[in-house]
Amino acid sequence: MLRAMKHTIWIGTRKGLFALRSDARRRTWRLAGPQFFGHIVHHVVQDPRDPKTVLVAAKTGHLGPTVFRSSNRGRTWKEASQPPAFRRAQPDETPKAVDIVFWLSAGHAGERGTWYAGSSPAGLFRSEDAGDTWAPVAGFNDHPMLNVWVQGPGTPIGQLLHSVRIDPRDARHLYLGVSSGGVFESTDGGADWRPLNSGCAADFLPDPEQAYGHDPHCVEVHPARPDRLYQQNHCGIYRLDRPGERWLRIGTSMPRRIGDVGFPIVLHPTDPDRAWVFPMDGTSVWPRTSIGGKPAVYHTSNAGKSWRRLDRGLPRSQGWFTVLRQAMCADDREDRLGLYFGTTGGEVWASTDEGGSWRCLASHLPEIFSVTHAR
Amino acid sequence: MVTQVASPLRSYTDGRATVEAAGATVRELLADLDRRHPGIRFRMIDEQDRIRPHIRLFVGTAPVLDLDRRVAPGERLHLICALSGG
Repeated sequence: MLRAMKHTIWIGTRKGLFALRSDARRRTWRLAGPQFFGHIVHHVVQDPRDPKTVLVAAKTGHLGPTVFRSSNRGRTWKEASQPPAFRRAQPDETPKAVDIVFWLSAGHAGERGTWYAGSSPAGLFRSEDAGDTWAPVAGFNDHPMLNVWVQGPGTPIGQLLHSVRIDPRDARHLYLGVSSGGVFESTDGGADWRPLNSGCAADFLPDPEQAYGHDPHCVEVHPARPDRLYQQNHCGIYRLDRPGERWLRIGTSMPRRIGDVGFPIVLHPTDPDRAWVFPMDGTSVWPRTSIGGKPAVYHTSNAGKSWRRLDRGLPRSQGWFTVLRQAMCADDREDRLGLYFGTTGGEVWASTDEGGSWRCLASHLPEIFSVTHAR
Repeated sequence: MVTQVASPLRSYTDGRATVEAAGATVRELLADLDRRHPGIRFRMIDEQDRIRPHIRLFVGTAPVLDLDRRVAPGERLHLICALSGG
């Protein structure tokens, strides 16, 4: 049944929302859009519990951030009646306002209608009505340690809260990542949090064993083995097998000339040993493009013990790709998994043989922030 | 009172560049505007009640720095989107 359904690749860009739609065989793709023309679309997520529902995190250059919701797979949209917003500051507090809704995650399968959002400046928000109204998660946003854990400006667009992950076995077990903060875990539904960064390098911090302040780019919990986490960090690729507490740097097995710096990491939907990354140049002034102008995806099938380069069909030279953390995804075809990524140069590339070969599906789009799969 | 609406906000006013709103202060006007056109206020005013960085409000030709600024009958409120490009 699933194999017969069509595929949609939602593409969030600096100038609006696009969609690539294909038949079930993923051979012919048609580009549609833009919707929300001129809006900055940071994330687009289909609800796996209710596939007709899609949420979009957006803002414009002038207007404040918001969330749009569709209940018909993106044909029409309604704005959230109460977008994510921090609580009103007390007189002795520094006021904070959401500048960007950066990240969206559907909640636990057993809590239909719940969603989480991450913002810049770093904040966590929860909706219980399919994204119509949002409330701040006080356990994180008002945590007494937050201003210690997360310091500095973070990225050029601020401290980003991202990678909100829910343990499929327990709705109260949450993980999230914060740029210039690290990975954090809650086991009580977000009421309290603790850092989970042991083993992660932070070359920019004076103390190599500091508990927080790290820069995770993307954190994933494997859906079939939720005790296994993967992380693409500013300083390497890591794996954590719970109940362990210390991340293992699996990026050291990448070729030295490639390194293990990048933004996204994508997991196989059913095999916890398989993952794909898109390395970028993190040398000297941090160009953050494909190393040597030769874009490639790297794949592990043994949980990071070794990696294989996959670049057939990608440019052989002068291919200066940057792929942001939300701009790479997999589809759900387990027999021949599809992989997709979008570049800041406005191209979308796809593979329908698990990265073995690539072709360009779209060009000349605006800067791409988000590439996600939907059925 | 007539309110002039900049183009990025007209998705809230069914495309209209001028709309009516009632109130004795800018704060009251914006509240009334939001009742008539839900969601418009939060795109201009953040959760700490501050005018967003790329929004400018004018009563007549006078910039609004305080939402409690009083407005006289006949004055026009302008909702302007300041320079923000790229």
